[in-house]
Amino acid sequence: MQIDFIAILPEIVLTVTALIVLALDLALRGDAKQFVNPVAALGTVGAIVATVLLWGGERVTFNEMYVVDDFAVLFKLLFLGTLLAVLGISWRYAAENRIFQGEYYFLLLTSFIGMLLMPSSRDLIMLFIALETVSVPAFVMVGMRKRDLYSSESALKFFLIGVLSAALMLFGMSMVYGFTGTTNLSGIAAEIASGDTATVPLLLASVMLVLVGFGFKISAVPFHFWAPDTYAGAPMPVAAMLAVASKAAGFSGLVIVAFIAFEPVADVWGPVLGVLAVLTMTVGNLVALQQRDLIRLLAYSSVAQAGYILVPFGLARTGSEVVNAAAIEAVLFYLIAYAVMNIGAFGVAIAVERRTGLRSIAEYAGLSSRGPLLALGLTVFLLSLGGAPATVGLWAKFAIIEAIAVDITLFGVVLAGFLVLNTVIAFFYYLRVIKTMWMDAAPEGLPRLQPGFNLSAVVVVLMVGTLVLGVLPGLVTDFSSMMSLVAAG
Amino acid sequence: MDPNTAGWALVVALFLPLAGAGLLTLIPARLDAEIRRAAVAISAVGFALVAVITASFDYSRAGELQFTTDVAWITAIDARFSLGMDGISLPLFFLTYLLTLLCAIYTTKHLPSPGKPKAFLALMLLLQTGMAGTFVAFDLILFFIFFELTLVPMFFMIGMWGGPRRDYASVKFFLYTLFGSIFMLVAFLAIYFQAGADTWSIIGLSEMAPFGSTTFQTWAFLGVFLGFAIKVPVWPFHTWLPDAHTEAPTVGSVLLAGVLLKMGTYGFIRIALPILPDGAARFAPMIGVLAVIGIVYGSLCCLAQTDVKRLIAFSSVGHMGFVMLGIAAMNEAGIQAALFGNIAHGVITGMLFFLAGSMHERYHTREIAVIGGGMLKKMPVYGVLFAYVAIASLGLPGLAGFWGEFAAMWAAISPGLGLADTYGGLYLGLVIFAAIGTVLTAGYFLWLIQRINLGEPPERWASEPLADVQAIEWVSWLPLLALILALGIFPRLLFGVQDAAVTNLVGFLGG
Repeated sequence: MQIDFIAILPEIVLTVTALIVLALDLALRGDAKQFVNPVAALGTVGAIVATVLLWGGERVTFNEMYVVDDFAVLFKLLFLGTLLAVLGISWRYAAENRIFQGEYYFLLLTSFIGMLLMPSSRDLIMLFIALETVSVPAFVMVGMRKRDLYSSESALKFFLIGVLSAALMLFGMSMVYGFTGTTNLSGIAAEIASGDTATVPLLLASVMLVLVGFGFKISAVPFHFWAPDTYAGAPMPVAAMLAVASKAAGFSGLVIVAFIAFEPVADVWGPVLGVLAVLTMTVGNLVALQQRDLIRLLAYSSVAQAGYILVPFGLARTGSEVVNAAAIEAVLFYLIAYAVMNIGAFGVAIAVERRTGLRSIAEYAGLSSRGPLLALGLTVFLLSLGGAPATVGLWAKFAIIEAIAVDITLFGVVLAGFLVLNTVIAFFYYLRVIKTMWMDAAPEGLPRLQPGFNLSAVVVVLMVGTLVLGVLPGLVTDFSSMMSLVAAG
Repeated sequence: MDPNTAGWALVVALFLPLAGAGLLTLIPARLDAEIRRAAVAISAVGFALVAVITASFDYSRAGELQFTTDVAWITAIDARFSLGMDGISLPLFFLTYLLTLLCAIYTTKHLPSPGKPKAFLALMLLLQTGMAGTFVAFDLILFFIFFELTLVPMFFMIGMWGGPRRDYASVKFFLYTLFGSIFMLVAFLAIYFQAGADTWSIIGLSEMAPFGSTTFQTWAFLGVFLGFAIKVPVWPFHTWLPDAHTEAPTVGSVLLAGVLLKMGTYGFIRIALPILPDGAARFAPMIGVLAVIGIVYGSLCCLAQTDVKRLIAFSSVGHMGFVMLGIAAMNEAGIQAALFGNIAHGVITGMLFFLAGSMHERYHTREIAVIGGGMLKKMPVYGVLFAYVAIASLGLPGLAGFWGEFAAMWAAISPGLGLADTYGGLYLGLVIFAAIGTVLTAGYFLWLIQRINLGEPPERWASEPLADVQAIEWVSWLPLLALILALGIFPRLLFGVQDAAVTNLVGFLGG
């Protein structure tokens, strides 16, 4: 078997970087240990270059298990960009919170290697390996604030739920293999489409099991219970990574499985995922309304955001390429927008907590006078998460509604109605945070915030990105319009 | 300046306030007076440019788009950056720049706590770009962006500089308006795919109309209706308005009444009617009924108010009811009346809010009972101005308020689009109730004047030195006072400009 090493160059670069980081951690002493961060960032930039070079072509290797096309490249760039931002907000945080830095950065890079594998996988086994590579390092990272009981609890919870979901998914996969006799995704689709198995209840049940496994990963209701506790207990950069990158990885896997392997039964899983979408956004938003802690608020808000991203899945239909392609584009665009604005929000939260140890919303009062840049940043990110104009968030919602409007159905209109209602509910709590920052008086005796260069740079870059994409969304939508690939199989 | 080629002038005028807002944020906050003067300068330059545009506008071709710009913007969804203005856009565009300039001048001396003129004026300029853009955008997506862009600055204006219940009012304003506009966005997308022409151009879609089945038109119109009806606001979607108006700072109220509400009626006339004529025809009787309920309900609420500012806010519900009645008539006279009523309400009610704001600064209360009368004795000039504007608002012939109301009722007697055949009786009934509404309107305004202006000033104010109209107030009020009179005795000033454009528009309706 000939292996196409160019196709897996980004993964190779990242693996080598991870090993260097681990070795450097042994070599460096004391304060010098924090310099593994720039090394990791350098490796990430290298991986980005390697990924960009892959743009435009299509490479297939490992017996068609592994495909690098524009869809995969776009996701890989999304993950690597996220990694760069997470590294930016981890600088200092890891040192100050006495986290073992070498291990932390090694695990972080390993988890991202799994993410890079995900959108290229075209085989159930490969997909499972990628998913576990994402998850297992994350279990450890969540528990890295060793002296904090809360952190250990959240790690345990995350671990148990993660293993349960993996088991369910594996069970489903094994039955799908039993029915179709192949683990290749296109092969599964062909097998389901050709035979009369499409209506066998047990096959549909196993399809659902696989999808439920991803449901845990993207924290869709009712599989979301782990998310808020885990985010709140984990070190904050890890929470940001889980809320954005790991969730995006879950979605990339879901897109592949749903739209390639299970496309012939889309008429069955489409409505199910649509109902899940409604539940997820509604429950997420309603619970977020009650939160007093900013991280928990962001956690429930990202549950709700997952609900929005699920809406296009609800539109999927067997054999309707136009609708399916529009749905995939909407998912992609939303994920890109979501990464930009959500990491930004977590970045600001980290900056505030690092200096003052505060995370309850009431303690954000008067942030506008204590750290104008941070307050402005968080305002932009929250408005964007809500979908206000001149931010990228508006276009993300626009993409979803566009996918609904391509071919209007009653179910689509119901989904749109819930989307609108939820957007309004969500603004209610986003505005509350904004109001606290700008309109309430600052408590006495809190210091001015100086977030430091790296964190400020990440916040500023993401804020500018949110606004520039808000005015010129074409910079990204033009990419995703090239993307009819998955619909074609 | 040649209106056929000078598209740049419109672009510059539109984004000048935005650039100005950016500029203001760079000035250090301690230069308080300089910031306020800079804002006046920025809005004056903007106004001067708009004045030049108005002067060089080709009035003989007022029905066609002038000062156009049309470049690709978001190619993936075929959205274009498409600006232009015709006889319908011009007066509203002009009013936006005039009111913002006057508000900037007013702010040089008056700004409620917590001060911070830099943030306040930057938000106001940002708001200006949003408002002005709405009136000159000829691409649905671009229109939507500008339409929504006004939400955030107005939210902060109410929320940071507002009255005691500002938290509630600002959030209610934001959420209520947002709710409607997302339905509108859904409807826009449905229109786009139904038309299937890969264009968002408002003119292009109007020319293609009607398309789609009647069912489609009905549902699409419902979506668009929700967006605009909440903005106007049409009864029963008006409940955000009294709160927002009452709590907003003076400048916020002026811009809210003067321009923001107009975006809703403008949207009906520019987008909902020509693009969805079948849906509009089906909805017209309902809009008429809601409009008249608004007129009567608004007036009755005014009779019950004890707070001057809240009373003026409720009077807006009634006045916008007349505008909607004009739209519901679906004929040329009706549209003309609606557009005239729009401008007249903007000028008069904007002025009333200025007056209410100054009253509050002098008396430190807006309770009619506490003020207790005698203003003509205490502050004679101020009292006369108040009476003048209140009488204009109640629709006295010879002042601006009259023409919109009169023409709307006149137009509704013989509605267009064949509505007269099926709903002739209904419309006649609507006009009768609207006429009763005008009597009630006259009633509450006269009663208001009686309670505030006439009689002896009560004990507590007798010894208080209350300043009469100040120089800065004259400067920011005189243009509006003059416009009220000018539009009243010479309505052709506006009707003439709009005429050709309205004829074109009614042509799209097929009426």
